[in-house]
Amino acid sequence: MAESLVPDSELLADEITTTAAEERISVATQWQLMWWRFRKHTLAMIGAVVIGFFYLIVIFADFLAYSDPSASEAQRGLLPPQPIQWMDEGRFDPYVYAVTGRRDPVTFKRVYAPDPDRKIRIRFFAPGFEYKFLGLFRTNIHLLGVESGKAEDSLFILGTDLQGRDLWSRLMYATQTSLTIGLVSVAISLFLGVLLGGLSGFYGGIWDTVIQRIIEILRSIPTIPLWMGLAAALPQEWDIVAVYFAITIIISLIGWTELARVVRGRFLSLREEDFVMAAELAGCSRMRIIFRHMVPSFLSHIIAATTLALPAMIISETSLSFLGLGLRPPAISWGVLLQQAQNVQSLAISPWLLAPVFPVIISILAFNFVGDGLRDAADPYGI
Amino acid sequence: MLAYVVRRFLLAILTIWAISVLSFVVIHLTPGDYVTSYIASMSASGSMVSEADAAALRAQYGLDQPIYVQYVRWMGLISQGNFGMAMEWNRPVMEVIGDRLALTIVISLAAIVFTWAVALPIGIYSAVRQYSIGDYIFTFIGFIGLATPGFMLALVVMYIGFTYFNANVGGLFSPEYNDAPWTMEKVWNLIQHLPVPAVVLGLAGTAQMIRIMRANLLDELRKPYVVTARAKGLSEMRAILKYPVRVALNPFASTIGYLLPYVVSGSIIVSLVLSLPTVGPLLLKALIAQDMFLAGTIILMLGTLTVVGTFLSDLLLMWIDPRIRLEGK
Amino acid sequence: MERSPAPLLSVRNLKTYFFADEGLTKAVDGATFDIHPGETLGVVGESGCGKSVTARSILRIVEKPGRIVEGEILLRRTGANGGEVDLVALPADGKEMRSIRGKEIGLVFQEPMTSFSPVHTVGSQIVEAIRLHQRLSKREARERAIDLLKQVGVPKPERRVDEYAFELSGGLRQRAMIAMALSCDPNLLIADEPTTALDVTTQAQILDLLRRLQEERGMAIMLITHNLGVVAEMSDHVVVMYLGRVVEEGPVDAIFHSPAHPYTRALLRSIPSIRSQSRVKLPTIAGSIPHPFNRPPGCPFHPRCPSFIPGTCNQREPGMVEVKDGQRASCFLYNGA
Repeated sequence: MAESLVPDSELLADEITTTAAEERISVATQWQLMWWRFRKHTLAMIGAVVIGFFYLIVIFADFLAYSDPSASEAQRGLLPPQPIQWMDEGRFDPYVYAVTGRRDPVTFKRVYAPDPDRKIRIRFFAPGFEYKFLGLFRTNIHLLGVESGKAEDSLFILGTDLQGRDLWSRLMYATQTSLTIGLVSVAISLFLGVLLGGLSGFYGGIWDTVIQRIIEILRSIPTIPLWMGLAAALPQEWDIVAVYFAITIIISLIGWTELARVVRGRFLSLREEDFVMAAELAGCSRMRIIFRHMVPSFLSHIIAATTLALPAMIISETSLSFLGLGLRPPAISWGVLLQQAQNVQSLAISPWLLAPVFPVIISILAFNFVGDGLRDAADPYGI
Repeated sequence: MLAYVVRRFLLAILTIWAISVLSFVVIHLTPGDYVTSYIASMSASGSMVSEADAAALRAQYGLDQPIYVQYVRWMGLISQGNFGMAMEWNRPVMEVIGDRLALTIVISLAAIVFTWAVALPIGIYSAVRQYSIGDYIFTFIGFIGLATPGFMLALVVMYIGFTYFNANVGGLFSPEYNDAPWTMEKVWNLIQHLPVPAVVLGLAGTAQMIRIMRANLLDELRKPYVVTARAKGLSEMRAILKYPVRVALNPFASTIGYLLPYVVSGSIIVSLVLSLPTVGPLLLKALIAQDMFLAGTIILMLGTLTVVGTFLSDLLLMWIDPRIRLEGK
Repeated sequence: MERSPAPLLSVRNLKTYFFADEGLTKAVDGATFDIHPGETLGVVGESGCGKSVTARSILRIVEKPGRIVEGEILLRRTGANGGEVDLVALPADGKEMRSIRGKEIGLVFQEPMTSFSPVHTVGSQIVEAIRLHQRLSKREARERAIDLLKQVGVPKPERRVDEYAFELSGGLRQRAMIAMALSCDPNLLIADEPTTALDVTTQAQILDLLRRLQEERGMAIMLITHNLGVVAEMSDHVVVMYLGRVVEEGPVDAIFHSPAHPYTRALLRSIPSIRSQSRVKLPTIAGSIPHPFNRPPGCPFHPRCPSFIPGTCNQREPGMVEVKDGQRASCFLYNGA
């Protein structure tokens, strides 16, 4: 009864053109799919570039700074930013005007103003204060420097703070600290979150109930008062590094709840999946089922959740340090820098003290965009 | 439904208890106690405190007992309404806290109202007109709000207010009302000063809410019952507002539980920057001085406040979502 | 059944396209058919052939990024607004179109669970449909809703009217949907896969219900389905669609006993039958439906057609030609295509 079918060649030609694109999709690995979807998300791509840029700063903080961040000199206090003049008589020869101070005859206060007669030339890759690059080798080359004299006395691209320390250089170091604290906190949260969320979701039962209650309790507690309490409890005598780590632990103690929720949710839904049952029936051990079969399914979600948790860590550290309860001088972080901007009157006179606001906002935005992009991409078969 | 209420209530009680333990522990983490810092500040001003006096002070404040005894003592006192003495001020804790707790509640609520009033329409608009210019603009503003920690926003706002408008936007009252008794005029003055703190406090939460509302609504807009509504002859706007918005509102309502701790928490720092007479600045001072009763009570109250608020929001959720209401049926 | 001369609804060369980022999808690409008063028109075809989009186009509720780009949908209205109106020309959200939707044309579709709002009672949604088009008080509307539920066979309607969709079984929900669609006595009921989500027994009950209601009210039904058995049982007239076009139409008996278009023939052949020989392979249609972005040139069916004529079928599109009395097909096998 069957009639003659379409000639094979005709059929195949059409089939190939229509399914070539589909073929590519169907043999791509999970990560390739994720990457393709992520690529389409313009904001996320921009965010990723920005974050890369920030972490370059983290690595090269010493190089990018030109003044010793702890060199204080009250005479230089609260100097305004010096605009860089890029061209000198038609040639590319950047310089700034030196700043001279004189006593105002009326108020007897020192007043600083740019001196148009004295030009201080800027050099690239110039020698400056000594540092150890990544703790590996000593060098004293910096991105910027001055032709003669010390950069600490003459160059203030973003102005100086109350103690006369160059803000730009301190900002470089602050970026380094703030962004690395965030990483450590997130790592701890990730560990706790996966462990507890996994226990809760995979084994269920009493584990689930207990851990769930703990998570709910922690989530209802307003965090800042608790952190303030914990941070205030840190002895004043501890050195900077110890305080640093204590702060990261404190912050991650609450941050893990979000990750645990995500992990638990994933485990719960995956537990019911047929492929898990198939693996069990095939005789796989528990460990194998978890790591070989279940984890790859939600790894992408974990990555997305982790990226989204970072901004919260950054905000926490910045807030605590701003209050004086987190990192304290001589440690340098965005929050510590902003402490000097607490007072409106001094802000009005020296608005450049607010400069750290920009890297905070930009880095948090970038992390959020990337996290969003990752989260959208993590569902490769979603809409 | 009853089971649901009971469950949430028990959880709330449990949480409050956990908070009380936590706040007590936090206070006692610091080595030394109030008497130690009292002695330190006394010796800084030149006078010495003898051993006997120190011991007497300790006994008076019960600081020489083991910690769990102190905790039980504290709980006992609280149940009688006695929150102890603020040692640095030498006045009862409640007196020192005074209006501040109420004011904290007021600005937190104001911030939440602001958040809802703004996030809801913007979220709906963004979802319905997805990918339009308006959507992108609002999303962008939302992101800025998300990325700016509360205190930074407060700093910037103060700076702008001071430099360009020559106004001090901090504080909750005009100077003449600061210590005045409560009258209608004082209340009105408070309301006039509320917008800036409410906006600063609420902005970060607003951004989150917009995203949540937008995502929820986008999900719901794709569902068949929206087609039904249109097919009945409802106008586009009424169909959307009455049905998918109403459904998307449910998870939105449950976010109050998350929003409240966040806002109360944020109010601490924002109050510091804007010099608001709330609990925040008081807490900071108490912590630095290791004033145990004061700090512990404040943390306990803040925690209880948020737990109660969360519980109320759970009830609200139950009221508006029939699926939860009829779970038991 | 004899078709009365003047059609109730005429779809003429309807084209509804979807303009998405990934490309242009011609969901409906030149569909033409009539529905006559009181008859049941079965619209049949595989998934993705444009049946549902046609229904949505008639009601002007096509979702973005879709749009009607060409064609006419002529509705003959009764009552005070008598005369013909082109639904395509009306603004989709305008007053007139909204008064037609729900009142003169009703819609029942596939997913009874998610077709009702989960947070409003079933009754309130039916009452809304009633009060949108008729001036009745709340109480009167509620009574009418209860009455409608009774008519569609919902037991204890006075209790059910205050329940939520998730409290009703699948069959009851579908009945409630039908009640809502019928609440304003429409002349045309569009039923888009009304029984696909139901089990076979419930399916039979719903179909019986639809038939009974049609007889009682004399309304036309546009029954969209991919289930040929349902079509055979319910329809008077049949339209077969493929890739957005009508490839054949005619009275149900003619279509089923002497199908003209190769696609229809292949469809009918592929139905498993109790009477077919055992141990013989079930015939299928070769190939698969082309991706919407890769429409074949010429006749859309030609890559899978057993009667493919090279040089003709892949070059030009066939027009609709009358094969027999009342039966038309779009195929080059017949003169005048």
